[in-house]
Amino acid sequence: MSTLVERTWATLAPLTDPEIPVVSLRELGILREVAETADGVEVVITPTYTGCPAMGQIEDDVKACLAQAGISARVVTRLAPAWTTDWMSDTAKEKLRAYGIAPPGATRPAESVVQFVRRRPPPDEVACPRCGSIHTVVSSQFGSTACKALYKCLDCQEPFDYFKPY
Amino acid sequence: MNAPVDYLLHLADNAVVLGQRNAEWCGHGPILEEDIALANVSLDHIGQARLLYQLAAARMGGGASEDSLAYFRDETAFRNYTLLELPHHGPLVGYAASDRDYAVTIVRNFFYGALMVLVWDALTRSADADLAAIAAKSLKEARYHLHHAADWVVRLGDGTDESHARAQAAVDHLFRYTEEFWLPSPAETEAVASGIGVDVVSLRAAWDALVDETLAEATLSRPAVRGYVPEGKLGRHSEHLGYLLGEMQGLARAHPGATW
Repeated sequence: MSTLVERTWATLAPLTDPEIPVVSLRELGILREVAETADGVEVVITPTYTGCPAMGQIEDDVKACLAQAGISARVVTRLAPAWTTDWMSDTAKEKLRAYGIAPPGATRPAESVVQFVRRRPPPDEVACPRCGSIHTVVSSQFGSTACKALYKCLDCQEPFDYFKPY
Repeated sequence: MNAPVDYLLHLADNAVVLGQRNAEWCGHGPILEEDIALANVSLDHIGQARLLYQLAAARMGGGASEDSLAYFRDETAFRNYTLLELPHHGPLVGYAASDRDYAVTIVRNFFYGALMVLVWDALTRSADADLAAIAAKSLKEARYHLHHAADWVVRLGDGTDESHARAQAAVDHLFRYTEEFWLPSPAETEAVASGIGVDVVSLRAAWDALVDETLAEATLSRPAVRGYVPEGKLGRHSEHLGYLLGEMQGLARAHPGATW
């Protein structure tokens, strides 16, 4: 890895999701690639939800951060392969839990759409990020943001967000 | 291989029109969780529309942009299903917010959601790689939209006498508008011929199965379809789209090119 690429990764390391300030863009899987170009670096990011209002902020943050470090960069948004919560590192998931957001379970990629809908499986087993109980219920499939569902713990009675598998 | 622009606009206009329509509930939802849920569903739809408009604009050239396509086309240029532009109430009811019926909102989202999980799934295999990439993302979101709507169809249909009657009235009112799904437009036919689009007729059996299963669980019955086939995707709309666009486009047209 070239020095410039390494320096770019290091410079971007502290950047976090504006909505979830405890996990970095790299840990979330939003920051995909850094490559050296003739006149600087190209940074590839991938959007999470198509309508996520944080994406504009994230792109601006990346540009501003690199500009401040004197690195000439072009930020490219790439859609494929589609972002998935499966890319989130275990460290990131643990940070989410400590922050009070239940981390996402694994997606079920092999399942066809019709199977998914037909079976209408019970919601994933979601542990309360506060007390660890799995005695939890879904209040709503959409919570404070599109990427989270709203859950309630039946033991400690606390409501909490669950980062949905995507 | 590039999708016909009209095909991209059909998909984008569907998403933006339903996103705008459902956003009317923002701050007026029947309960707080549903207010938030519908705002989030709208956000997904508008996000999908943006990606599709950006792609269409890049293919069109000539200064087209996502904003010019969303804000500066008139209603006859829109290619959305008529179903998606209808107000949140049954036929022959006023326009006031207090007349909105959540059953109409939910049943519409259910009919459309059941279609779109099938459409996006098929389009992940589109010969247009850019469209396939958008489909792969949209499919993940559409699954949650359909779950949300189907859960509420069951809750309303198999709920109280009042909620059952209103859910059945919404099904009776909206079902005929789904006939439009199955009559391919010239843009759809062209897209299918080149391996880019999905043959909607091939999805009908799967859609019927999804819909019938949920309606049965909800103790709702499926009405016999009459002869009317709407033609929104050909640009022939109900009187409701103009009002919706008037609200959505008014600011952009009053201040063209404005930024902040």
